[in-house]
Amino acid sequence: MGFDIAAIRADFPILQRTVNDRPLVYFDNAATSQTPQQVIDVISAYYQNYNANIHRGVHTLSQEATDRYEAARKTLQQHFNAKHTREVLFTSGTTHSINLVAFGFGSLIETGDEVIVSALEHHSNIVPWQMMCERSGAKLKVIPMTDMGTLDMNAYAELLNEKTRLVFVNHVSNALGTVNPIEEIIEQAHAVGAAVLVDGAQACPHIKPDLQALDVDFYTVSAHKLCGPTGVGMLYGKEEWLNKLPPYQGGGEMIAEVTFEKSTYADLPHKFEAGTPNICGGIAFGAAVDYMNSIGFENIAQYEAELLEYATRALHQIDGLRIYGESPNKTAVISFNVDSIHPYDIGTLLDKMGIAVRTGHHCAQPIMDYYQIPGTVRASFAFYNTKEEIDAMVSGLKRAVEMLR
Amino acid sequence: MSIEKTQAEIVEEFSLFDDWMQRYEYMIDLGKSLPLIDPMYKTEDHIIKGCQSKVWVHADMEDEKVKFTADSDAIITKGIIAILIRAFSNHSPQEILNADTSFIDQIGLKEHLSPTRANGLVSMIKQIKLYALAYQTQMN
Repeated sequence: MGFDIAAIRADFPILQRTVNDRPLVYFDNAATSQTPQQVIDVISAYYQNYNANIHRGVHTLSQEATDRYEAARKTLQQHFNAKHTREVLFTSGTTHSINLVAFGFGSLIETGDEVIVSALEHHSNIVPWQMMCERSGAKLKVIPMTDMGTLDMNAYAELLNEKTRLVFVNHVSNALGTVNPIEEIIEQAHAVGAAVLVDGAQACPHIKPDLQALDVDFYTVSAHKLCGPTGVGMLYGKEEWLNKLPPYQGGGEMIAEVTFEKSTYADLPHKFEAGTPNICGGIAFGAAVDYMNSIGFENIAQYEAELLEYATRALHQIDGLRIYGESPNKTAVISFNVDSIHPYDIGTLLDKMGIAVRTGHHCAQPIMDYYQIPGTVRASFAFYNTKEEIDAMVSGLKRAVEMLR
Repeated sequence: MSIEKTQAEIVEEFSLFDDWMQRYEYMIDLGKSLPLIDPMYKTEDHIIKGCQSKVWVHADMEDEKVKFTADSDAIITKGIIAILIRAFSNHSPQEILNADTSFIDQIGLKEHLSPTRANGLVSMIKQIKLYALAYQTQMN
C-alpha cells in the first residue's frame, strides 16, 4: 500500500481552513500537531456516551470509562514496548513527567553528586533539574554542542564518572531537529552506574522507540505532539526506579490507606497519579497512537525524510539563508534565518500569507546563545504536509525577504 | 498638532492601502524613520519586556513636553513603535496620559493588540504612559 497523502489530509478537518484568506499551511508541528477526525470522534464519544470518574466506581459508566482508560495505557505500553503497564504513568505532558522525576530524584541525591544535561535541551528539561540541584546540592554538568547542532560525545564521555547519578537528554532537539545518539548515551551512563531520562516529546511523532531495547530508565511523551490532545502525556519509568521514587503529589487515587496518623501509598502506577486524571485525554492519547500506527511509522519516516530533503534544497536557493542544525540524522524540522533579518519579522509576514511557522528561541535559549542569534524561524513538518505547501512557504519567504531587506 | 489629530492623520494614511502587504510595507518604511534612541540607553533597563524582538524606549523632557526615542532589532516592531512615537511624542505628560489608543484598531493592527502577541504592543503603550506618568509626578 502506498502513502495516500490525499486520504491522510482528509482525516484532518483543520487543514481545510483558510488563514488571512489563504489556504492554511501548517508548519508548526513541533509545537503541536493537528488532530485527525478519528481522535476527535473518540473525544466526542467519551463525553456523549461514558463520561464518568474512573476506578472504584461500581456503576456502568465508571467501569466503561475505566476500561477504556486502562486500555489506552495498554496501547501505550505495547507501542513503546514497556515491560508492564504499571511502568506507564499518565501525566499532563512531558513537563509534568520531568518534574515528577526531578522531584523524586532529589530525595535520592546528595551534595557532591553530579547530574548531566545536554546543551540541546528545551527549558523544560533544564529548569526542573536546576531546581533539584538547588534543593539537593548536586552539581549540574553540560554536554556541549557542535556547530552542526549535534552533541559532543567525546566531551560527554569525559563528564561521566562514579559521581554521576543521572543523565537527562532529549531524544530529538525541538529547536534543531537533531536526533541524539541516545543508545550510546544510555550505554555509557549505565557503565558508570548512572540512570538516564530521555525527553521523547519531539521524537515520538517521527520515531517509534523500543523502550526495553533502549534500556532507558525514564522516557517522556506529550500526546499533543503526535495527533493527540494537549494536557496529557506519558512518563515511562522502569519499575525498580518508580518504586524508589517518592510520590510527587498527594491526593485521591494515589493512596492505599489514609488515617490522620499516616497514609500509605497505592501501588504503581497509581502512586504517581493523584487526583482525577485527564480521562478523556488519556483515552484520546491511545486513539492517537492507534491512528499513527495505522499510517505506519516507517511510512511516516520515509515520507517526512522526502519532505525534509525537498525543503532543505528549496530553502538553500534563498540568498543569505542559513540553516541551524545540520546533523545527518534529524527529524523533519528546519530552523533558519535569512541574513540578519529578525525571525519575528519573517514569521509575521508569513502569517499574513496563511503560513504558520514558529519564531523565537523555541524555549532553548542556550542553543541560541551558542549561535549568538536572538532566535530562528522554525518550519516543522508532519506526515500530512506536502511539497506544494513547502513551495508556498518558499515563495512566501522570498516575498517577505524582499519586503524586509 | 494634538494627539487626536495625529492619530486621525495616521488612520487616514493607512486607509489608502488596499491590502496587508501595502500596510506592512508602509510600516517598514515608518520603522526606518524612527527617532533612534541614544546607544547609551540601549541597556537592559530600557528593554520592554514581553516582546519577542528587543525594544528599547527612552523618554526625555524638553520644554515640558515628553520626547520619545526607541529602537528594535525587528523592522516591523520598529514600524509599530514609530507609529506610537509619532502619535505621542512632543506632548505634555497629561496629554499623553489622557490619550486614547483605539486608533491602533483602525489601522489594521488590532491583531497586535492582544497581550499574548509576541511583539508586545500593549507593553509599549504601557511603557510610554509610564514615562509620561513619571514626568508628570516630577512636575508636580
